[in-house]
Amino acid sequence: MSTTEIDRQWTTRLRRRAAGKLPPEKLLPDTQPAYVSSWIYVFGVTTLAALVVVIVSGCILALEGPQWWHSSNIGHFVNSTHLWSVEIFFFAMIVHLWGKFFMGAWRGGRTLTWMTGCVTFFASILAGFTGYVSQTNFDSQWISTQSKDGINATGGGSFFNVLNLGQMLMWHIVILPIAAIALTGMHVLLVRIKGVVPPFEKDTEIAR
Amino acid sequence: MGWIGSIIPLDNLGHYLHWHFILISVSNLIVIGLMIVTFVAALLLPFPGRSRRKENQ
Repeated sequence: MSTTEIDRQWTTRLRRRAAGKLPPEKLLPDTQPAYVSSWIYVFGVTTLAALVVVIVSGCILALEGPQWWHSSNIGHFVNSTHLWSVEIFFFAMIVHLWGKFFMGAWRGGRTLTWMTGCVTFFASILAGFTGYVSQTNFDSQWISTQSKDGINATGGGSFFNVLNLGQMLMWHIVILPIAAIALTGMHVLLVRIKGVVPPFEKDTEIAR
Repeated sequence: MGWIGSIIPLDNLGHYLHWHFILISVSNLIVIGLMIVTFVAALLLPFPGRSRRKENQ
């Protein structure tokens, strides 16, 4: 195969493009700018750490099933771990969102980073909601019967039936986790490509 | 874990605050308050090693 042919291959083009956009030293950097030394910058990675615990505890719940998480001591523990890691996930994500909103984190060509964060937030809300209606207890029955009227009023009930446990569980353990993980991965890669947004005064210094 | 129930009554109905069209449970309000406190603390508290990093630059 000639060099020109190799150059034309989609694998070659994709590899060169990926390596150009995100060289290894940018993907896993050794240092960060001085302005990152602030507590406000730790909430993104806190959200990520909580997401890992959410996924691991969710996988254990999926392996064992509702009978186990309702009746055994370890099941109760893993069920509670799943709930509290979700609480920490949303808590950290909101503080991360406030921090990024007030520092205008979409500056410097970071629009897509901001937008993937917003869409991940909405996907997470939907994942949280489908989780609440998939608990298979009186709480989930109450939440689904209360929310069905709201969702039906939007017309969404024709394809998203909150009273259909099978559908809600599939959304919760297949579609939404895939969406949340893919979007989070994209968000983190974009942060690595564009770098962490500098404070406003740093931006002004650069402009001068 | 039964001791938690002896300190915090968990079997009672939840407490809600109602003001015009706003209806919120006290527990949710506490979580929102904690998020605001965490946000302000994150802005004000010094980060370990910050001064050293500035000197190095």
